[in-house]
Amino acid sequence: MSARDSILNRIRAVKARGEAPAAAARNEIGEYIRTHPESPRPTGDWELVPQFRRMAAAMSSTVDDVAALGDVPGAVAMYLKGQSLPLEAVCWPQLANLDWAAAGIRIHTGRAQGADMVGVTGAFCAIAETGTLLALSGEDTPASASLVPETHIAVVPVSRIVRGMEDAFALVRAERGQPPRAMNFISGPSRTGDIELNITLGAHGPFRVHILLVQG
Amino acid sequence: MYFKPRASEKLANPTLQRALANFKERFVGARTEAVAQVPNFEELREAAKAIRNRALANLDLLLEEFERNATARGARVHWAEDAEAAARIICEIARTHGVKKVVKSKSMVSEECNVNDALEAQGVQVVETDLGEYILQLAKEPPSHIIAPVVHKSRDEISDLFAEKHGTPRKTEIAALCREARDVLRPHFLSADMGISGANFIVAETGTTLIVTNEGNGRMVTTLPRVHVAITGIEKVVPTLEDVALLLRVLTRSATGQPISNYVSFTTGVKGAGDLDGAEHFHIVLVDGGRSKLLGSDLWEALRCIRCGACMNHCPVYQTVGGHAYGWVYPGPIGSIVTPAYVGIENALDLPNASTLCNQCGVVCPVKIPLPDLQRKLREQQVDRGLRPWTERAALRLWAWVAQRPGLYALGTGIAVRMLSAMGGKERLLHSLPGASGWTGGRDLPAPAGRTFRELYRKRAVRQ
Repeated sequence: MSARDSILNRIRAVKARGEAPAAAARNEIGEYIRTHPESPRPTGDWELVPQFRRMAAAMSSTVDDVAALGDVPGAVAMYLKGQSLPLEAVCWPQLANLDWAAAGIRIHTGRAQGADMVGVTGAFCAIAETGTLLALSGEDTPASASLVPETHIAVVPVSRIVRGMEDAFALVRAERGQPPRAMNFISGPSRTGDIELNITLGAHGPFRVHILLVQG
Repeated sequence: MYFKPRASEKLANPTLQRALANFKERFVGARTEAVAQVPNFEELREAAKAIRNRALANLDLLLEEFERNATARGARVHWAEDAEAAARIICEIARTHGVKKVVKSKSMVSEECNVNDALEAQGVQVVETDLGEYILQLAKEPPSHIIAPVVHKSRDEISDLFAEKHGTPRKTEIAALCREARDVLRPHFLSADMGISGANFIVAETGTTLIVTNEGNGRMVTTLPRVHVAITGIEKVVPTLEDVALLLRVLTRSATGQPISNYVSFTTGVKGAGDLDGAEHFHIVLVDGGRSKLLGSDLWEALRCIRCGACMNHCPVYQTVGGHAYGWVYPGPIGSIVTPAYVGIENALDLPNASTLCNQCGVVCPVKIPLPDLQRKLREQQVDRGLRPWTERAALRLWAWVAQRPGLYALGTGIAVRMLSAMGGKERLLHSLPGASGWTGGRDLPAPAGRTFRELYRKRAVRQ
């Protein structure tokens, strides 16, 4: 007997199901999965956007506003200059058609390399409860751009801010059907507390996460 | 594996004691604060318990559903009866894909299975990339905590270790040490052929595995190499994504006091056509390793565990001796239950007793595992199987024999309390007592009043 079958049979023996699991149990859990009911969420009274700002800051992201998508390259250039960072970035193909040259920024749209200091990405949506970005992997949205560079700049339309993780999953189901290879929830720069429990930012991923909220 | 002698050794280690004092303050404080921010945290705990119970009640069906959905997305699901089988499967995966270098993110199940040793034995380089685990790999030590693996080591020790192993000038700032590790590990991420991660949960609905991390190494390991292996226990399955959303809220608050960890990374299947990054091959190794047996025992509730570490953070025994004293992969209260369950109670003799039964662990457990009750059940098993020391067994037999003879019992205890009372002297304290040096070596024993309870009770009854 294969390991698979002997493991499953041992579990079935415990559940007293016999070799063929009872149809009722299968239907019941099948129905639970199909309807995927929500559990209670933390109680609290807050507005989406202010909560997102508050929690993003609490997770050590910085947040800035731009009026429209076209203003993003200028805002990125200003941020990079303010941080004394080079005006070069790996950028999601999805955002490649913004006028980066006009803002004096050189971009490439490949997979992020070790030498890339800045990564510019969008977000599938963002979560107000925890100040979190959700990035889905895809042809135009590679996962490495939000991870490998020391600075991550994320462009998020305010219309894409949802309340909680459940609402993000609902959007994924509605717009994509099923999750892509990578579904990354990102809440601030990477950090470690491994040495004497001191929190240090910039462990393996970005040292800085800067979020541009697009109002339009 | 003996807890007692190791615990004594840990008590006498000043570096460890300093680290543990710091540890207790940080972790207990962080959880308390995080929980206070959620008015209905108890409701969330109850819901988390229900989700885990539902998962365990349908474990076979959910694992089948998980396998079906993961396979449909191009992942390959492997089943391992035990630790050796899991290590064998991973070695075989590495061989099939011609792997030379593996980067690993933190996985306690991989510690159970000694995956690193097995891979290294066939000439594969394995690099641990969680900062704590990397430090331990350099120091050739096992982790002492499930989420803060290197909590037992001081900054000074790590400074010395890095200077020696990296051949770089000795650094003392924590930020500089972290930077050095980042710089050393970065080329490994970019050049490894295979990444090994654990999985905090696996989701039946979508065939997804996910990891909860802060450092970003887990994302590197699951994004950059062409082969990704996720290894986890069969009990980690949950039905839906919504279930994960709830469990994460109690997991991170209980573990580090964060409302969410920096990265929650879901991986489903292999990379899509046209994707610039992501693994081309995705293998998922589901390990039994004693879990299906535990499911059928009266300790099954331990399988609800979501590995947050709150039980050890709040345990007065763990806070005093640290994780290494427990002798296997999982320390603290949950370790004192799963270790005997997975490696055999005869191989973990003192562990069910490495507890004061104070229930601090039970009070903070996000999935409400009744840890002290389970420890008590293990203690019963020890007695039933005659695994307690012969002196204890003989003493209890003698006591039972005498206790069944009330006259003899009254005589014996009457003499004993009078002798002890006399020995207590004016201070009414016993500084030493033959056969009870374990107690009196550290503190005085109050002397009895000189009369037994039955004598005093009789006198009171007559007076009334």
